[in-house]
This record gives sequence, C-alpha cells and structure tokens, in this order.
Amino acid sequence: MSETLTQALVNLAYVIAASLFILGLKGLSHPRTAVRGNLLGATGMLIAVVVTLLDRHIVGFELIIAGFVIGAAVGATLAVKIPMTAMPQLVALFNGFGGAASALVAGAALIDPVLQPPTGVTLQFGVATVLSGLIGAVTFWGSLVAFGKLQGLIEEKPVLLPGRHAINALLLLGALAVGALLVRDVESVGLYWGVVALASLLGVLLVIPIGGADMPVVISLLNSYSGLAAAATGFVLGNNALIISGSLVGAAGLILTNLMCKAMNRSLPNVLFGGVGAATTASTREQEDIYAGRVKSTSPEEVAMLLEGARRVAIIPGYGMAVAQAQYPVRDLYQLLEQRGVEVYFAIHPVAGRMPGHMNVLLAEVDIPYDKLKGLEESNALLPETDVALVVGANDVVNPKARDVNDPSNPIAGMPILEADKAKVVVIIKRSLSPGFAGIPNPLFAADNALMLFADARKALTEIVNALKEL
Amino acid sequence: MDFVTALTIFVLAMFAGFEVITKVPPILHTPLMSGANAISGITIVGALLAAGAKNEKLSMALGFLAVVFATINVVGGFAVTHRMLEMFRRRDRD
Repeated sequence: MSETLTQALVNLAYVIAASLFILGLKGLSHPRTAVRGNLLGATGMLIAVVVTLLDRHIVGFELIIAGFVIGAAVGATLAVKIPMTAMPQLVALFNGFGGAASALVAGAALIDPVLQPPTGVTLQFGVATVLSGLIGAVTFWGSLVAFGKLQGLIEEKPVLLPGRHAINALLLLGALAVGALLVRDVESVGLYWGVVALASLLGVLLVIPIGGADMPVVISLLNSYSGLAAAATGFVLGNNALIISGSLVGAAGLILTNLMCKAMNRSLPNVLFGGVGAATTASTREQEDIYAGRVKSTSPEEVAMLLEGARRVAIIPGYGMAVAQAQYPVRDLYQLLEQRGVEVYFAIHPVAGRMPGHMNVLLAEVDIPYDKLKGLEESNALLPETDVALVVGANDVVNPKARDVNDPSNPIAGMPILEADKAKVVVIIKRSLSPGFAGIPNPLFAADNALMLFADARKALTEIVNALKEL
Repeated sequence: MDFVTALTIFVLAMFAGFEVITKVPPILHTPLMSGANAISGITIVGALLAAGAKNEKLSMALGFLAVVFATINVVGGFAVTHRMLEMFRRRDRD
C-alpha cells in the first residue's frame, strides 16, 4: 500500500475513534444508556491504539508492551479496589497522569523527528510544544496536590504563602519567557525542561491555597486542563484524534467548573485565588448571639417517631456522610421508611462532597434508585411540602444565611441553598455546632422548626433505624 | 496539517463537546469526569510512536513513561467509569 493511502486509512480510523468518543459522551445523558456510552468510548480508544500500532515508524514493541502491562495493571487495580468514597482523589490522580503523559509526549517530539511534522518544524510545532509542557506540568503537579489534600496526606485547609499572587505571576511569565526562547530555537531541548520545571512549581502553588470544600471546582478545572494538554499535544503531532478528544474533555471540564462556581455563587478567580476557608471567622460571641437558648436537641427515638409519622421525608447528604461512612445506615433507613409507605427522596446540592456528583455515586453504590436523587431546583420545589428534612453531614449548603445578600462580610451571600428550613421539621445530625467550611454559624440550627441530634452520623442513623424497627 | 485546519477542528470539537456535555444530568457528573478523563488518555497515540520508534534513547524513555501514564489513565478511567455506571443501572433491572 502506498504511503498516502495508509495515512488516509489511519486518519479515517482516528475520525471513527473521535466519533465514538462523542457518541460515548452522548450516552451519558441518561443512566440507562450510560454503560453503553462508556463502552463506545473504550472501543474508540481501542481502535485508535490498534491503528497507531500499525504505523511503520514503530519498529520496537518491547517498551510499548512493558508500558501497557504496567499501566494496565496499575489502572485496573486502582479502578477495582478504590472505595467509592475515595473517588475524588482517584479522578484527581488520573487527571494528573493524563497531563503528565501529554507533557512527556511533547518533550519526546522535540527530540525525535518521527513525531515532528513532515514539512519540518514550524512555529505551530514550537508554540504547541511549549503549551503542552506548560499545561501538562501544571495539571500533573496541581492534581498531585489535590490528591494529597483529598487523601489527607497534606493539610486540607488553604496554605497561604505571603505574596503568592506575585510568585505565581512570575512563575507563569518565566515559563512563557523560557518557552518563547524555545520557540525561537527548538534544538535547545533543555529549555523545554525549564518550562516544565517552572510550570510544575506553578501547579503546586496554584492548588496549595485552595481548601477542601472547593475541590469540586479544582478537580473540574484540572480535568479541563488534562484535555487541553492533550489537544495541545495534538497540535504538536498534527493529529486530529488528539485535538478532537482533547477539546471534548476541555469542554467537559469547563462546563463542570462553571456549574460548580455557580452553585456557590462565586467567581472562578475567587475560588482559585481567594483563599476561602483559611480561617474560622465566626467569633464565639457571634455564635452565642445566634444559638444561645434557641438550639433544641433531640434523641434518635424522637427522630424515629417523627419519621414514622411523616408522609414525605427528605434526606440531605453532605461530605460528612462520606467521612462517617454513613451511606449504609442511610440506605437501611431509606428502605425501612419506603416499606412503611413513607415517600423518601434525597436532596443533593451540586457542591456537596468533594467532586461533582460525589453524593450520587455514594448513594448509587448502596442501591438507592437514581430517580430518588433530586437536584437543587427539584428539591427546593418539594421541600416546603416535606414533613421531615434530615440533614446528614451537610452544613453550608443548607445555611439560610445565604439569603442575606446585603451583608458584605457574608462569605456565602447569594449562594443557592437547599431550603431545608422550609420543611415542617428539620433534623440535623451533627456532632457539634461547629461551623462548616465557610466558617460562619448556621441560623438553621437555631430555627423554630429545627432539632439537633448531636452524634456521629453513622451511629445516630443506626440508632434511628433500630428505634424505627421497634415502633 | 496547517494551523488553521487544526484550529478549526479544535474549535468545532469544543462546540460539539459543549452541546453533548450540557445534556449530562448532575447525577452522572462523577462518571462524566472519569469517563472524560479516560478519553484524554488519547495522548497514548503519541506515546506509542515515541516509545516504538527506535531513533533516540531519550525520546524512547519519555515515550515509555508516557505509555505507562496514559495506559493507567485509559484502562483505569474506563474501568472505574464502568463500575460506577453499573451501580446506577443496577436498580433498573430489578
């Protein structure tokens, strides 16, 4: 077969692969079609890999096979073994690996003429290589820091260095300057590693000042970056499959980033550079003013009786449910109540948990049907008609203080909340009155229709379930 | 491929991505992330070329590392997405 014909067939296969990726993502529009969608995507990837292996430039397979074996073993083990509660850190890690792979390929392209455009190195090649190294390294190191925070290996609270904005700006400018030198003289491969080193430091410093509860935004953004790094590598290699796939992922990440920011009524710069969550701002006196004499505490038995008498119950989960592993007794409670004819639904805030959709995955794992998982708007339509709202490990997302948009010191002003206070009775399972991530007291705890159940979520729910069984 | 062609593809794919992904419901946002992540492992295509073309030792080494990272991404990403989506589908069959 002639060289041009082979190349045309290869490119055709890449178009098929890219189409399968798009169809695969389209399948994710409903839980029923999602499994097939994911399999379509995997098929696309298989086609792309097989076709690439037929390339005549590939003459040695030892390294490729070794890489496949190691990568597949690690990837499959992680995918099978990881508990659902650790999904945010796994996705963070995978994002990072994608970014690293893109940066490494761009580095290899500088050295090996096989990966360079047939017409010789162009301006596009140089610029794309620099961008690939820059975005890839930021993604890798940023993701590692996010992983460390989520896994509890490093301080989850924001670490605020003095002058960090200036340092970050200098690092970015430095990386771009070194990159410009590389574009002028692509033979100087050392410069590429200079870009990568500066970008690596930038990646670490960009994520270190971001607190745990803002991780949904960070992971979404890093997801987007991993796609953009792949797209940049596509510009380096002149490869359509990389450009299309990379931009799809870039778009997915940007959409999620935007949704997460909206769900907190904060701008992306505020999340990235605001250092929110660094200090607990609530003074003891402020807490006293809100809570003193107004907080009523309850017992598991009393909650069981409330639930028994209810027609409609909302369960509002937050990150605390994941931490306490309370999704199992939540499931028991759900099943028991459904058996007794009580209508139960789950009211889920978009930023509950540590990544987009985190709560849904945890609840799906314990067999809660997906039509019981309600989003923000649907829940808020139901909550005024709800007899008991049970808040499990959530705080800021049900804080009615968000409605107070005129207080300039209010960190959650205008944030869309789950209106738990509109339910007839609100039961909050929480160990103490300590503030959530935003560091402010929650007037909901002192509301007339609110009852506090001071306990560990898992223990409290188990006791409620036991009490219900005896009723 | 010239720059404008490549940029055209990039921009159009971005629009296609926005159209398709805005239709993904919030309950599937976690599998969307892990699935999209697996797709970004497409860099493996370049990694294979770098690792398999026996021209330069250094680029082969970089290619090998990239194959490892990208394979973790692809295999792990699609597998864990599958695991999650099966959980969502499970109740349908009951």
